[in-house]
Amino acid sequence: MKKKWIAFWNILLKDMRSYYLKPPNISWGIIFPIAWIGMFFIKTGRGVEDVFDLLPGVISISVLFGTTSMLAVTVTFEKKARSFERLLLAPVSLNFLMFAKTTGAIFFGAVNAAIPVIFSLFLVDLSNVSWGIIVPAVVLIAIASAFLGLFVAVTVSEVFEAQTFSNFLRFPMVFLCGLFFPIASLPFFLRPLSYVFPLTYGVDILRGAVSGKNIMPLGLDFLIIICFCLILFYASIKNINKKWIT
Amino acid sequence: MPEMISKDNNDGFLIDAVKLTKKFGDITALDEVSFFLNKREVFGFLGPNGAGKTTTINILTGLSRADSGRISVAGLDCTKNPKAAQHLIGIVPDESNLYPELTGFDNLCFCASLYGIRKEERKKRAAELLDLFGLKQAGGRKFAGYSKGMKRKLTIAAGIIHHPQILFLDEPTTGIDVASARQIRQLISELPEKGTTIFLTTHYIEEAERLCDRIAFIVNGKIVRTDTVENLLQPVKGKQIMLLSVQGAAGKASAVLADAFPDFNFQYVSTDQIRIEAGTDIHLAPFVRLLDEHGIELNEAKRQVPTLEDIFVNVTGIEAKILRKESDKKRGQA
Ligand SMILES: Nc1ncnc2c1ncn2[C@@H]1O[C@H](COP(=O)(O)OP(=O)(O)OP(=O)(O)O)[C@@H](O)[C@H]1O
Ligand SMILES: [Mg+2]
Repeated sequence: MKKKWIAFWNILLKDMRSYYLKPPNISWGIIFPIAWIGMFFIKTGRGVEDVFDLLPGVISISVLFGTTSMLAVTVTFEKKARSFERLLLAPVSLNFLMFAKTTGAIFFGAVNAAIPVIFSLFLVDLSNVSWGIIVPAVVLIAIASAFLGLFVAVTVSEVFEAQTFSNFLRFPMVFLCGLFFPIASLPFFLRPLSYVFPLTYGVDILRGAVSGKNIMPLGLDFLIIICFCLILFYASIKNINKKWIT
Repeated sequence: MPEMISKDNNDGFLIDAVKLTKKFGDITALDEVSFFLNKREVFGFLGPNGAGKTTTINILTGLSRADSGRISVAGLDCTKNPKAAQHLIGIVPDESNLYPELTGFDNLCFCASLYGIRKEERKKRAAELLDLFGLKQAGGRKFAGYSKGMKRKLTIAAGIIHHPQILFLDEPTTGIDVASARQIRQLISELPEKGTTIFLTTHYIEEAERLCDRIAFIVNGKIVRTDTVENLLQPVKGKQIMLLSVQGAAGKASAVLADAFPDFNFQYVSTDQIRIEAGTDIHLAPFVRLLDEHGIELNEAKRQVPTLEDIFVNVTGIEAKILRKESDKKRGQA
């Protein structure tokens, strides 16, 4: 049992060193949320009291973009370069292997979420926020996003395809998942679409935790997002089994 | 021809592959391929491009699934669970696939960690192997900057860093210079003493002959013959071969000689060359005299030791040149 954790830790460490801790990624993680916050303030011309409305959306979007884009590199790129075969040949189960490959992205996503939070601390008083809910919610959003990224990464074979495919999912999510506009304000025919994305439930939890304005019971949100995680993970494993172990 | 060699059960066989078949669309990459490996032997797959060598390795190591057939590795059934024996095997793929952004040393340590080897042990092994493969100086440099031969050596080092019981080597010396190839062959030949069993693919006949205990000739996804090198060479044992160069007169010369020496076998090679094969010693003087009487000038005579190449040509019907040309081409590309 110990052996596979040595493998796990080293896969994680290698990904961290090779990809996550590279300066472009770090600066991206900082600039991206600031850009979103800045954009909304300029657009709406309103004051800092709106931070509470904005924060859930900015946290979610930071996590979403931070994690999904990484899997295209750590998985699709390594598959293309054939070094991924080394991992497939390692004596660890496929589930465990993909768990190791996604943990880095999950961690990276969660750290990305901290940046808008830290930024907000300077603007408003966050003492009424329920951190006990925010932290698990951020982790779950990161897991769901990482697994979504994984699903995309194992469905395509080129890195650019992975980027295109994830954008095809990510940009609609920004508008459909209630990040910045309430779902209720969407045209009625788009509303059902909101509920097929895991992010909708994640944002709802964050909104509940920040300002108590959630539209669904938080327990239900948690349950649904966990289901999404499981489905995406097993769909990815199935895809790897089918497409990569030919 | 039925297999004459029995499974060496005293020692136990390590790999047993039965009727492996694999199709890619219309292409049958493997057609009921069966073979086994004894402990500590070097078993070779010798065949031209596209014969199914890599496909076989992929199936045995769990990178690919056979359409039908059975595999057991070290007594573990890998037919249903291709990963069952992965802790026992090391793989050197046909292309070096280490991480370009990591140094040689870090690459080795990372590969060792995948097999659960602890940090101190990993570092020790990596340093040992770098030394063994003559890469000590390059250990701290990034893999991306390695030459082709250095990459190949590091890839082999990565394949044995966890002391695998079975090592799969897919064309270990293709595309690298003669000196490095020789060095690599030397290192490979020392592994069985340390307890490693080797499955090797190659399209260099000499490499197979030098390194392998047993060889399977594979052509178009079919094994046409499997035997020990010794047994394979049996039909040509004690045989003598001589090549005569007679400018433009090979036809006439072989007719003249065949008449006078019915016990020898004369083959017309080209308009300039005849090949003589015999079960007894071939003496040159009588040929020279006879040819001289017929006004044919002998330019050159060369004795040859029959090799596995002759057997390969005989058994597979493939000109050995095809194999060599292909490998030369690959070398050229490299
Ligand atoms: N993934 C694949 N998809 C389609 N066809 C394949 C695939 N892999 C192998 N083949 C086909 O199967 C046959 C055997 O290929 P394989 O790579 O095993 O040959 P090989 O003996 O290793 O040749 P080489 O000496 O060139 O490495 C070839 O005809 C090849 O085109
Ligand atoms: Mg091959």
